[in-house]
Amino acid sequence: MNTPLRRVGVAMMVMMLLLLANATYVQVIKADDYRKDPLNRRVVLDQYSRERGQIIAAGGEPLATVEKTTDRLRYLRKYAGPAFAPVTGYFSTVYGAGGLERAEDDLLNGSDDRLFTRRVSDLITGRDPKGGSLQLTVDAALQQAAFDSLQGVTGAVVAIRPQTGEIIAMASTPSFDPNSLASHDVDEQQTAWKGLTAEDAGLPLLNRSVAGLYAPGSTFKLVVAAAALAEGKTKDSEVDGRPVITLPGTDTTLPNFNDSNCGNGVTASLQEALAKSCNTAFAVLADQLGKDKLTKQAAKFGFDDSDLKVPLSVETSTLGPMKDRPSIYQTGIGQRDVLVTPLENAVIAATIANGGVRMRPHLIHKVLAPDLQVISEDKGDDLADAMEVEHARALRDMMVESEKNTFQGGRLSGVTIASKTGTAERGEDVKATKPNAWYVAFAPAEKPEIAIAVIVENGGDVGLAATGGRVAAPIGRSVIGAYLGSR
Amino acid sequence: MGSPVPGAEGRPPATAGGGTPLAASTSPGLKPPTKRSTELFLLAFAAGLVTIALILVEANQEQELTMNIVWLGLAYMGLLTVAHLAVRWWAPYADPVILPCVAMLNGLGLVMIHRIDLAMADVKLPNNGVWSPAAPKQVLWTAIALVLFCTVLKVLSDHRTLARYGYTFGFVGLIALVLPGVLPSFIAPEINGAKIWLSFGAFSIQPGEFAKILLMVYFAAFLVSKRELFTTAGRRFLGLDLPRARDLGPLIGAWLIGVGIMVFQKDLGSSLLFFGIVLVLLYVATERAAWVVIGVVLFCVGAVIAWKMFGHVQIRVANWLDPFADATNKGYQIVQSLFGLGTGGLFGAGLGGGRPDQIPEANTDFITAVIGEELGFVGLAAVLLIYTVFAMRGMRGALAVRDTFGKLLGGGLAFAVAFQIFIVIGGVTKLIPMTGITAPFLSYGGSSLLANYILVALLLRISDAARSPKATPKPRPQQPAIADQFTVMVERPK
Repeated sequence: MNTPLRRVGVAMMVMMLLLLANATYVQVIKADDYRKDPLNRRVVLDQYSRERGQIIAAGGEPLATVEKTTDRLRYLRKYAGPAFAPVTGYFSTVYGAGGLERAEDDLLNGSDDRLFTRRVSDLITGRDPKGGSLQLTVDAALQQAAFDSLQGVTGAVVAIRPQTGEIIAMASTPSFDPNSLASHDVDEQQTAWKGLTAEDAGLPLLNRSVAGLYAPGSTFKLVVAAAALAEGKTKDSEVDGRPVITLPGTDTTLPNFNDSNCGNGVTASLQEALAKSCNTAFAVLADQLGKDKLTKQAAKFGFDDSDLKVPLSVETSTLGPMKDRPSIYQTGIGQRDVLVTPLENAVIAATIANGGVRMRPHLIHKVLAPDLQVISEDKGDDLADAMEVEHARALRDMMVESEKNTFQGGRLSGVTIASKTGTAERGEDVKATKPNAWYVAFAPAEKPEIAIAVIVENGGDVGLAATGGRVAAPIGRSVIGAYLGSR
Repeated sequence: MGSPVPGAEGRPPATAGGGTPLAASTSPGLKPPTKRSTELFLLAFAAGLVTIALILVEANQEQELTMNIVWLGLAYMGLLTVAHLAVRWWAPYADPVILPCVAMLNGLGLVMIHRIDLAMADVKLPNNGVWSPAAPKQVLWTAIALVLFCTVLKVLSDHRTLARYGYTFGFVGLIALVLPGVLPSFIAPEINGAKIWLSFGAFSIQPGEFAKILLMVYFAAFLVSKRELFTTAGRRFLGLDLPRARDLGPLIGAWLIGVGIMVFQKDLGSSLLFFGIVLVLLYVATERAAWVVIGVVLFCVGAVIAWKMFGHVQIRVANWLDPFADATNKGYQIVQSLFGLGTGGLFGAGLGGGRPDQIPEANTDFITAVIGEELGFVGLAAVLLIYTVFAMRGMRGALAVRDTFGKLLGGGLAFAVAFQIFIVIGGVTKLIPMTGITAPFLSYGGSSLLANYILVALLLRISDAARSPKATPKPRPQQPAIADQFTVMVERPK
C-alpha cells in the first residue's frame, strides 16, 4: 500500500507546485496590470487617505485644505469656494482631479521627488507621509473681486504683476463648488458631476483663462503696432485712414467700425489709428509687415508656445496659417484664424507695461514642505525681450489715448490706465451673432502694478450691441480699482 | 569555568518524556526519542512569528497596544501549551512537526481575522453598520477545538478502534452531510447561495465539515475490509485492469453523493473535495490506476452535466474563464482577489497595509487572498509550504504505520488537507473555478476549525502509532467461537 501512498504524496507536491506557479503568474508577472487596472481602487484609496497638502493664497488665506474624518478616506478636501475653483481645481475620488490639484498632484499627495528626503525620514520615524503645500501668487481679495465682477456673464479675468509675471487673479465664469466633487458621498459627487457636465451648464469646469481660445479682435492691434514700431514706425507715422477697403483679389470689403473715417479719411497717425481702433489701418499695416514679421513679433509675446504651464496647461495661442493676403489683412485686426487665451492677452499687456520684457507667467509663489518649510520659491524670470523699451513706452502712450477714446463706464479717478478694447466678431453671420468683448489694460500707466485681460463671451448682458468698451472695460476697471485701491 | 559536575551529562533532560539517552545508546531496541522538545521549540518559534505578525498589524493600523491584544495573545499561547501537554501525555511519539504547522496556520489565521476586523470596523462603524469582531469568537472556537482535540487523543488510544465503528460513522456522516440539504430553510438557511449550514439561533454549524472526516473513516474501514473484492480484476482494457461492474458500487455511490451536494446544497467545493478524497482512498486501497481513470471520467461527465444544467455552475465557470467580463458584478469577488494579489506583488503591502475590505468574504474563503495581498507572493508561498509540510508529515505517518487501516486513513486525511488547499487557493488565484470552501485552520469558522483539529488529532494518533516502541495492544479479536467460524480458503501469496 506504500507505493500508491507515495504517488499520492507526489500528486500533492504537484498540486502545490501548480499553486505556486499560478501565484507567481498572478503576483509577479501580471501584478502590474492588476495594480494599475482602473477598477482596482487600492492604489487610489491609498493616495486619498494620505494627508494632502494645502493650497494657500499669497496672503496665506486657505484655498484648499483638509479636514480629518472618521471614514476610511480619513481626510476630506475643503475648498474656499467657486471664486477660486478655476485655480485650485477639484479633487474627486471618482472623477479624478482638475486645476492645480491635477497639475501639482505629485507634490500635494507627497510622491513628488522634491519631497524625497522627507519621505525617507517619514519612513524611518514612522510618521504618516503628508503632501507638500503650495503658496500661490493669487491675491485672494482681488480674485474674489474679479469673480464678483464677472457675475451674470460668461467670461474670464486674468491679472498679472508685470514686473514678475505673478498671476494675481485668474477668474472664470460660470464656476463651480469643488467641495461637492470632493465629497466622500459618491452619490453627491455623481449628482454634482452630472450637473456640471450637463449640456446647458455652460462648461463650468472649463478654466477659460487658460483653456479658452478666442479671436482677439482689436486687442491684437497691439501686436501689429508693436511689430510696426520695431520696423521703424513711430506713433506719429501715417497709416491708412480709409473707412472701407477691399481685400486684395476679392470683392470682400473690410470696413472700420460704423464705416467711420480714420484721421482725415485718407491717412491717420498710428496713435490715432490705435486709439480709434481703425480696422483698415491695421489690416494694411499687417499686409505691409508680412506674415513673417507678424509671426515673429507674436512669438516674442508668447504665441505658439505649446509648452507653457503656469503650471496649469495653457492652450496655445496662434496666428493661424495666413495663406494669402486677404487672410493677412484679417489677421491684422485679430480675426480670421487668430486665437488667444485670456492669459496670453494679459501677458501682452504685462509685457508692454514691463518695458517690453516678457516675464514667465506663474501661479505658484512657493512650494512648501509638509512642515511649511520653503522648498522652492519662484522669483520670476524673463522669457524674452519682446520690444525695445522706447517702443514699449510709445505703445503705452498710444494705449493711454485708446483708453480716453473708450466708453468711460466705471472710470477710476486719479489713475491713468493704458488699455485696448476688442470686439471680436464670431460666426458666419457677424451681424446676427453676439460678439465676444475684450479689454486688455495695465495701470497706473506711468508705473504699472497690474496688467489685466478681460473677456466676456456672447456680448455679456447687452447682446448684439456689445463692444469691448461697453461690456468688458467696466469689469476691467473695477478689477484694477480693487487692486490699486487696496494698496 | 569549572569542570562539569560529574554525572550532569548523563542526566536525562527534564523535558524528554521518559527515555534516557544513556540507556538508549547502550541497549539497542529501547525507546526512540519522543522529539517532544523539538515540537516545543517549533511551537515557540510559531508563537514568536505570530506575535510579531500581530504587533505589525497593530502598528500598521495605528492601533494602540491594548489589553485586548494581550489577552488574545495570552489565550493563544495558553492553547498552544495545552495542546503540547496533551500530545506529551497521550501521544508522546507523535510527529513533532504537525502541531507546530497547525499552530502557525491557526495563529496566522487569528491575526488575519483580527486584521480584517479592523478593516471592517473602519468601513462599517462610521456608517452605523451592524458589525461585531470575529477574532474573539475564533479564539473561543480554537479553545473548543482544542478541547475536542484533547478528547480525541485521550479517548482514542488506538486509531484502529475507529475501524470497528466504520458503518456507524458512515451512517452518521451521511446524515450529517445531507441534513442541511433536506431540512427546511428556517433551520438550514441558504447563505451566499449554499445550503450547508444548520442554524441554531446565535450560532450555526456546517455539518459537512464533520461528515468529511466521518465518511473518510467509514470508507477507509470499508475498503480495508473489502480490499480483496476491489483488487479482483475484471476485463483488461487499454492496458488497464478494469474492475468488475458490480464492484463499481461504492464509487458510483460516492459520485452520486458528490453530485447530490452540488445539486441540493450548491456547494461545488465540498462536492469536488469529497469526490477527490474517495477516489484517492480507492486508489490507495486497491493500488489500481484504473479507479482513478474511471473516477476522473465520471467526474468529467458530472461536471459537464452540472455545467449544462445549473446556472450557478455556469456563472462560476464564466467567472473563471473571464472574470473581467463582469468585473463589477458577478466577477467582482475574484477580480478583487486578483487585484489584491497583484497589488501585493512579490513582497506584499505589509501586514495591515492592504485593503481587505475590498474583497467580500475576506475572512473565510478569501483569507488566502488577503494573505497574498499583505504578505505578498513570498507570504503566500510560505503558507503553501507550511501546508505542504503538514500534509507530507501526515503522509509520512501513514507510510510508517503498520496497519492498513491506519495507512489508508492517514493518507486520506493528509490528502484531504492538501486537496482542500488546492481547491481554495486555486480558486482564489483563478487556477480553477472559484468554489468557496474554507482554508483549513486559517479561515474564520467554528465548524471548519473543530473538524480540522479532530483531523490533526487523528493524524497525530496515527503517527504516534507509527513511531511508538510500545507493543500496541492488538485490537481484541472479535472472533466468534471457533465453532461458529467460517471455513477460510487460504490463498498462496502471489
